[in-house]
Amino acid sequence: MFYEVTLSLIGGFVTTIELFVLTLVFALPLGLIISFGSMSRHSVLRVPIRFLIWIIRGTPLLLQLLVFYYGPGIILHTNIWGSGDEGRFMAALVAFVINYSCYFSEIYRGGIQSIPKGQYEAGEVLGLTKSQIFFKIVLLQVIKRIVPPISNEVITLVKDTSLARVIAVYEIIWSGQAFIKSAGIIWPLFYTGAFYLAFSGLLTVLFAAIEKKLEYFR
Amino acid sequence: MSLLSVENITKTFEDTEVLKGIGFEMNQGEVLSIIGSSGSGKTTLLRCLNFLESPDTGTISVNGQLLFDASDKGKMTEADIRRNRLHFGLVFQSFNLFPQYTALENVMLAPRLLAKEQGNLKDKEEEIRSQGEELLRQMGLSDRMTNYPHQLSGGQCQRVAIARALALKPDILCFDEPTSALDPELTGEVLRVIRELATKHTTMIIVTHEMLFARDVADHVIFMDGGVIVEQGLASDVIDNPQNERTKKFLSRY
Ligand SMILES: Nc1ncnc2c1ncn2[C@@H]1O[C@H](COP(=O)(O)OP(=O)(O)OP(=O)(O)O)[C@@H](O)[C@H]1O
Ligand SMILES: [Mg+2]
Repeated sequence: MFYEVTLSLIGGFVTTIELFVLTLVFALPLGLIISFGSMSRHSVLRVPIRFLIWIIRGTPLLLQLLVFYYGPGIILHTNIWGSGDEGRFMAALVAFVINYSCYFSEIYRGGIQSIPKGQYEAGEVLGLTKSQIFFKIVLLQVIKRIVPPISNEVITLVKDTSLARVIAVYEIIWSGQAFIKSAGIIWPLFYTGAFYLAFSGLLTVLFAAIEKKLEYFR
Repeated sequence: MSLLSVENITKTFEDTEVLKGIGFEMNQGEVLSIIGSSGSGKTTLLRCLNFLESPDTGTISVNGQLLFDASDKGKMTEADIRRNRLHFGLVFQSFNLFPQYTALENVMLAPRLLAKEQGNLKDKEEEIRSQGEELLRQMGLSDRMTNYPHQLSGGQCQRVAIARALALKPDILCFDEPTSALDPELTGEVLRVIRELATKHTTMIIVTHEMLFARDVADHVIFMDGGVIVEQGLASDVIDNPQNERTKKFLSRY
């Protein structure tokens, strides 16, 4: 039984990890673009982006998942997500990416705005271009400041992936819960907890290592 | 011909006119000190010279070449401004060293990026490094080259900042109250290296509240008040024997 449960949970966990990794791959860079938009001098860009961030951060991710999955079909009368498991996974991924890029963008914005003006000006008087100033001077200082809050978000994301089950994405908790019905046992659910703990533990160690690596300057 | 010629610079922020028609000239190898009370516009003037602020009117010429003319600044591109900046260096009151780079890396960063842009970083790398090391040695920092800014004292940081500004060989090096953020015992070491630069005929504009230092090191002094130059002349004349009432009143505080 244990072997069977383990196999099934690993199957669910693969989906969990896929959702987790793909969300990060898209949301980390997209968040940076959104953060530039939210700091733009042009209000035509800044205002709608701040509005979007407010909506996304102000409503439950669960609600967003439902709206992203069912919304297009009901409003446009076409299924834009494709059919079956893959379609539901796509819908979940898009909802997660948008949600998390909004959170990341606010972290980036805080990090970028915390860099003293003097750093930019020192670069400018040395004749550096705007992009040289960003990439050679500002970026690493921003990264150092945002690693702790990003690490929080990333660990939250590990657990948030379980929300995808609301649109029937078969992630690990779904796999564990299936045993309640089929075999009348509850321990597989606790077992899923062990997967989460192991994975978030791994991430904690990883982020601690990154923080340590960046300790050489202040 | 004078090295630097500044004419009729005005600058208004929102509705306060901070510079009201500043003009002066200076020669190669000369040290000019700018003194004046808080809020008189000294920092703003230095920032205009370094193109951190864009004056509303006026012109700036170096070596007879017109670098900036407010009447057609619309035509200036970012590349123009960057090229113009290389004529000037600026040392800030608060150092503004880059914390993630060592002292030597701080000094080498801009020359490296410039060489990279010109596509000859490989050939120049050695030269840039030895020049950076030489500059830090001149600043008395031979044993601090691989330290990060947070491992250095304020006086050491400011000397790294001076080396960093010199690395691009500016025609004119500007200092904005280089010792104001330092404890008195660290002020001396920074003033000493500036004095040494003066003996080597480095062209410098120094905004300072150190009157004795200004009289000693500067050839000329400008006294500013309320956005205008009230009095200018030889350092010894202006500081020891001021003519204008406002200058006298200001100097009586020192
Ligand atoms: N970016 C700005 N926006 C609005 N006002 C400004 C700005 N920069 C400077 N000012 C104003 O311009 C005036 C002159 O400032 P500036 O910093 O040039 O004086 P300063 O002579 O350097 O003074 P200090 O000796 O205190 O450094 C001040 O009244 C200041 O408040
Ligand atoms: Mg000032």
